[in-house]
Amino acid sequence: MALKGSAVMAETISEETLSLAASLRRSPAARLAKAFAVAGTEGERGVRLREIPFLTQLGIRATPGTPAAAAVEAALGAPLPAIHGSTTTGGGYSVLWIGPDEFLAVGDEGSADLDRGPAETARVAATLGEAGSRLPGAVVDLSANRTTFELSGPAARLVLEKGVSFDLHPRSFRAGQAIVTVLDHVPVLVWKTEEETFRVLPRASFADHVGRWLLDAMREFSAPEVH
Amino acid sequence: MLLITCPNCGPRDETEFHYGGQAHVPYPEDPHALSDAEWSRYLFYRENPKGLFAERWVHNGGCRKWFNAIRDTVSYEFKTIYTGESPLEAGAKGDSQ
Repeated sequence: MALKGSAVMAETISEETLSLAASLRRSPAARLAKAFAVAGTEGERGVRLREIPFLTQLGIRATPGTPAAAAVEAALGAPLPAIHGSTTTGGGYSVLWIGPDEFLAVGDEGSADLDRGPAETARVAATLGEAGSRLPGAVVDLSANRTTFELSGPAARLVLEKGVSFDLHPRSFRAGQAIVTVLDHVPVLVWKTEEETFRVLPRASFADHVGRWLLDAMREFSAPEVH
Repeated sequence: MLLITCPNCGPRDETEFHYGGQAHVPYPEDPHALSDAEWSRYLFYRENPKGLFAERWVHNGGCRKWFNAIRDTVSYEFKTIYTGESPLEAGAKGDSQ
């Protein structure tokens, strides 16, 4: 019932209202934006940090290989990743493997402009069918659950390695891979989008702490290396 | 720090896991038929062996799935990690799993 309500709401809200609402949003780490900009460094040991706020995120529960998974894949335009660490892309989404039957579809960077989460959730969830005959699966709007930090530069891996015990060396963690892990006791997703670019997705309530933790971990790279 | 091999995510630090106690404790078929003593025995009484012990673990810092492990309580070494039925019981039934 609630799902149907939100689907109707999403259809009746005009783009204008959505963009007004979008202009009023404040991201979880908005207050750190200046600090992020100042902390960035260039060069051999350079590392930069920015927040990519408001990415559309859909939480997906479906067992791969079932009709529910096929329906979600068709609606998203991307297959569900098969194994731990893998991601897939398509239809304006990257789909991250969270668990054997749990996935997170993250919208491309342009998805942040409008508040697409509810409408997209309704669209993808509708392919699972009506209540009563719904395929066993779920699609939930998680756009406000996590914010996205992007750490890039030659020293990005060194910064993350201070708090992530998973082996981030390129031999075991390649571009296009994403894992669920813990960054200094905080549950996060770590997603390597390019060779020297990592996304860290903490929950919104941890955004301030993780942002400050990253700033602190980055600090040493603004000075010449001490031998 | 122990490295525990999650059946879904591979080896991860023990801090990503939580312990779930003894594995293979069956829920009583008819809880209402139990006496208070039997119910408390189901709820609270667990083995505390020195040596191999079948345990429940959950990878809450990762895939959030439960699995079982046979761990040596003396050396802390994880001997087997599996899901479902105990490999010992499965072996006794002639099941190769």
